[in-house]
Amino acid sequence: MERCLGEALSAGGDYADLYFESVTSTSLGIDESLVKSASQGISVGCGIRVVSGERTGYAYTDDLSSDRLLRAARTAALIASGPAKELMSGFRHAETPKSLYPVAGATNDAEIAEKLKLIQRADAAARAYDTRITQVRAGFNDELRRILVAASDGTFASDTQPLARLNVFVIAKDALSTARGTSGGGGRVTLDFFEGDKSPEHFAREAARTAILQLGAIDAPAGEMPVVLGPGWPGVLLHEAVGHGLEADFNRKGTSAFAGMIGQQVASSKVTVVDNGLMPNRRGSINMDDEGNPTQETVLIENGILKGYLSDKLSSRLMGTPNTGSGRRESYHHIPMPRMTNTYMLNGDDMPEDIIKSVKRGLYAVNFGGGQVDITNGKFVFSASEAYLIEDGKVTRPVKGATLIGNGPEALKYVSMVGNDLALDEGIGTCGKAGQSVPVGVGMPTVKLDRMTVGGTGQ
Amino acid sequence: MNSMATAEVKLSPSNLKQLASDVLAKALKAGATDAEAVVYEGDEFSALVRLGQVETLKESGSRAVGLRVFIGQRTASTSSSDFSTESIQRLVDGAITLAKITSEDPFAGLPEAEEFGQIPGDLKLYFEDVNEQPPAERIEIARRCEAAAMAYDTRIQNSGGGDFDTATSHKILVNSRGFVGEYRRSYCGFSAAPIAVDEKGGMQRNYWFSSSRTTRRLASPEEIGHEAARRTLKRLGARQVKTQKAPVVFSPEIAKGIMGNIFSAAEGDSIYRNASFFSGQLGEMVAGENITVVDDGTMVFDEVGSDGPVRIGGFGTSPFDGEGLPTRRTVIVERGVLKNYVMNTYTARKLGMKSTGNASRGLAGNPGTGAGNFFLEPGTLTPEQIIGDVKNGLYVTEVMGFGVNMVTGDYSQGASGLWIENGELAYPVEEITIAGNLKDMYKNIVAIGNDLVFRGASAAPTLRVEGMMIAGA
Repeated sequence: MERCLGEALSAGGDYADLYFESVTSTSLGIDESLVKSASQGISVGCGIRVVSGERTGYAYTDDLSSDRLLRAARTAALIASGPAKELMSGFRHAETPKSLYPVAGATNDAEIAEKLKLIQRADAAARAYDTRITQVRAGFNDELRRILVAASDGTFASDTQPLARLNVFVIAKDALSTARGTSGGGGRVTLDFFEGDKSPEHFAREAARTAILQLGAIDAPAGEMPVVLGPGWPGVLLHEAVGHGLEADFNRKGTSAFAGMIGQQVASSKVTVVDNGLMPNRRGSINMDDEGNPTQETVLIENGILKGYLSDKLSSRLMGTPNTGSGRRESYHHIPMPRMTNTYMLNGDDMPEDIIKSVKRGLYAVNFGGGQVDITNGKFVFSASEAYLIEDGKVTRPVKGATLIGNGPEALKYVSMVGNDLALDEGIGTCGKAGQSVPVGVGMPTVKLDRMTVGGTGQ
Repeated sequence: MNSMATAEVKLSPSNLKQLASDVLAKALKAGATDAEAVVYEGDEFSALVRLGQVETLKESGSRAVGLRVFIGQRTASTSSSDFSTESIQRLVDGAITLAKITSEDPFAGLPEAEEFGQIPGDLKLYFEDVNEQPPAERIEIARRCEAAAMAYDTRIQNSGGGDFDTATSHKILVNSRGFVGEYRRSYCGFSAAPIAVDEKGGMQRNYWFSSSRTTRRLASPEEIGHEAARRTLKRLGARQVKTQKAPVVFSPEIAKGIMGNIFSAAEGDSIYRNASFFSGQLGEMVAGENITVVDDGTMVFDEVGSDGPVRIGGFGTSPFDGEGLPTRRTVIVERGVLKNYVMNTYTARKLGMKSTGNASRGLAGNPGTGAGNFFLEPGTLTPEQIIGDVKNGLYVTEVMGFGVNMVTGDYSQGASGLWIENGELAYPVEEITIAGNLKDMYKNIVAIGNDLVFRGASAAPTLRVEGMMIAGA
C-alpha cells in the first residue's frame, strides 16, 4: 500500500488515498405470496485518489493485483504536475474504533431462511389487514460493506458496515378507486431487530393502513397555508431545505443559496438542526467516513442561527474549517464528497395536540415520499404521501398526495411551534447527489410552519 | 495539460464470451435446468473544469458477471465483479442454493427458443473515435464550453463547471437455450452549468449539453456554453404567482417526462398487478385523438456530422433486449387508443400475451421492463404558436420532486419556468407547483409542437395542457 501511495504522489500531488471496498449483498422478494426473486452480489475494488491543490485525479480497479493498483495510482497521479512527493513513513492507526453497529459475518443459509420468513410474515400480515388489499409485495435487502482507507496523511482505518431494510408495497382496491401504500424500515442491524416492535407485521400494517386510507382521500388543497409536519420521516424537509445547502463543497464554490450565511438567522429561534453520524444502529450512522475520519455530531443551525457546514478533507483544507467526518461515497467507483448522515431537528416545548389545535385551516402531513432541492436558488420540494386537512383545530379528512414547495433559507423562519416528540424515520432513506447514493436518516418532532405552498388540485 | 494514461488492457472479447459460456456450463452442471449469463465490461472517463481549472479527472474500467439460473420453475440470480475461479464457483453455487429456496412460479422461465433473435446489420452503436480522442482535447472542450458560458453576460458570475464524459461498454448475453449475443456502445458528451446573479444577490443555475455516440456529432462548445448561459439568465428574478387554474405549456425536456409516464403506465408488470391507471384499458381511449406514442428499440438516425453524413444508432437502440429477444417498434398509444402494453417474457406470460422485447437486465435480479427510443409523434405547430395562443398561463421548463402516482395518475410537481401573458413570455416564475391527474392531462393536450428532437433515448415536442392547478402564493 505504501508503494501504491508513493506511485500516486509520484507527480507531486499534495495528498493521496486508497479506498478498498468489498460489498456482499442479498435481496429477497415475495410477490403474490410467491418468493419470486432471490439474488446475491459481490463487488470488490479499490479507488485511488490524488489531490493537488483544488484538483482531484481518480482511478479505480476491480482487480486488486499489485500491478493493476499501481497502474490506477499512476493514472490518478496525472492530475498533479511536479516533482514526486516524499511519502511520510508509517500509518497512524485509528484510535479505539467506535462500534455503532453489530459486526455481522457473511450471510449463511440459516439466515437466508430467517430473512425469507420475515417477508412471508409481512405478506401474510398485509393480506390479513383488510380484504381490500389485493396485491402485496415485500422485499428484504441487506449488505455487508467492508472498507479500508490508507492515506498519505497517515490515515489507516477500516470499518465493517452492515445495512438491512425490509420493504412492503401494497395495492388496495374498492369499487370506486385503487390506491397504493408503502412502508419499510431497518438500519445497521442484525435480524433480531425485526423481532421487536419493528416487526414485519408492523411494516405490513403500516403499508396496508396507508393504502386503505388513500381509498377515501379527497383532493389535496392548493396554495399557501399553515402546514403541520408530523414526527419522523417528515424531517426530509430539513434534509432538502437546509442539509444539502450546508454541504461544504457547494459553499466553498459559492454555488449554495446558503453561501456566506454562517452566523446569520436562517430559521426561527425555535429551530436547532444537527447532523449526527453517531446514533447506534441508525441507517445513516457510520463509525468512520469513507476518508477514514471519525464521524461526529455537527450543529448546523442553533436557535435559528446558521452554525456550520458538513465538510470532508478537501473542503476543510481549502476552506480552513473543521473536518466534520462527512466525506462519503457510494462505492470505490466514486470520489468522496461532503454528505449528510442522520439529520434532524431537536425537540421544542410544544405538545403535539396543541400544535394541531392552533391551526384553523391547514395541512397535517405525516408521511412523505422523496424530496429534491436546487442548491443554488434554494427551492426545495417534498411530496406528501399521507396527509390530512386540519379544520378548526382538528385533523379531519385524509387528502391525496401533494408536493410541498419552499425556499431553503426562508422556509424555516416560519416555524412557529416545535413539538416535544422528536422521532427519527424508520430507516429507509437513500440520498442522491451528483449520481451517488448513500444511506441516510432524517427526523424531527411535530412542527408547525405558518405558511408553505401546498401543490394540490382542490380549493 | 497532462494527459491521462491509455485505457487498461482488457480481456479480449473472445475471453469474455468464453467466460460467459463457462459460467453457463458450470451452472448447468451444478443442477440448473436453464441458465443465462451476462458479462459487462465498461470504460469511463470524466473531466470537470471549473472556472477554467481542471477540478476532477477520472478514468477507469470495470467489469462484472451476472448469472440467472432456473431449477424447474424456481429462479435466482447472482453477480460478481471478481472473475477469479473461486469467485465464479461461488457465483454458481450461490445461485443454485438461492434458487432452491424460491417458490415454484408457473410463469417463470427463459423465453421460448424460437423467440430469440437480433436486429441484423450494424446498428451504429459504437464509434471508436470516442476512445481515440486525446484526454487533453476533451478537457479543452469542457474548458471552452464553460468559458463561453461565463463570457456570455456579466451577470454570469459563477459556475458549477464544464464537463466532458465518455463511456464505452461491451455486453455479452448467453443462455442455455442457445442464444449468444453481444454489442458495444459508445457515448460522449459535454455540458456547462453556469450560475447567474441578479442585483439583489439572488442566484440561478441552469445547464445545457451536447451528447452523441460519436465525437463527430458533438455541437460546438461555444454554442452549448451560450445556450447554457441563455437558459440560466432566463431564470433570474423569478417570482411566485398566485394560486390559479391555467393552461400549462411544457417545454420538450419536461414534456418528455410526462409522456414517459405513459411508458411506465403501460408496463406489463404494473398492469397485471393492477398498479397502473392503464390497467384494463387496452383498446380504450386513454388520451386525446392527437396522441400517438411509440417505443422503438431499432432506430438508426441519418445525421450530419462534422465531416459529412453519419448514421448513428439511437440512445435507446440495441440489437436484442435483456432476455435475447430482438428489439422492435411498438405503438403504445395510437390516436389516443391504448394499443399495446410493454412487456418482458414474464409479464407477457402473466397477461397471456407475447413479450414486446422490452426486457431490461441488470447484473442481478429478475429482468425488468425498459424502453428503447420512446417518443410522442410531433404535431404541426411551432412552439411560438403554442405559447402565442395562451392569454394567461405557465411555460414550464423545470419540474422537481416525486409527486407522480402511477396507481392513480395523480400528478403534483414543483415547477419553474416563465409566465405567459397575452401570448408572450413575460417573466420568470418559481416556487410553484403544478397539479392534475395524468388521465385527464393526456386527454387535455390541446396543442403539440413540431419540435421533436432526440437528445436522449426519449423525446417529446412542446405541448400544451389545459386546466391544470398551479399553486403559488
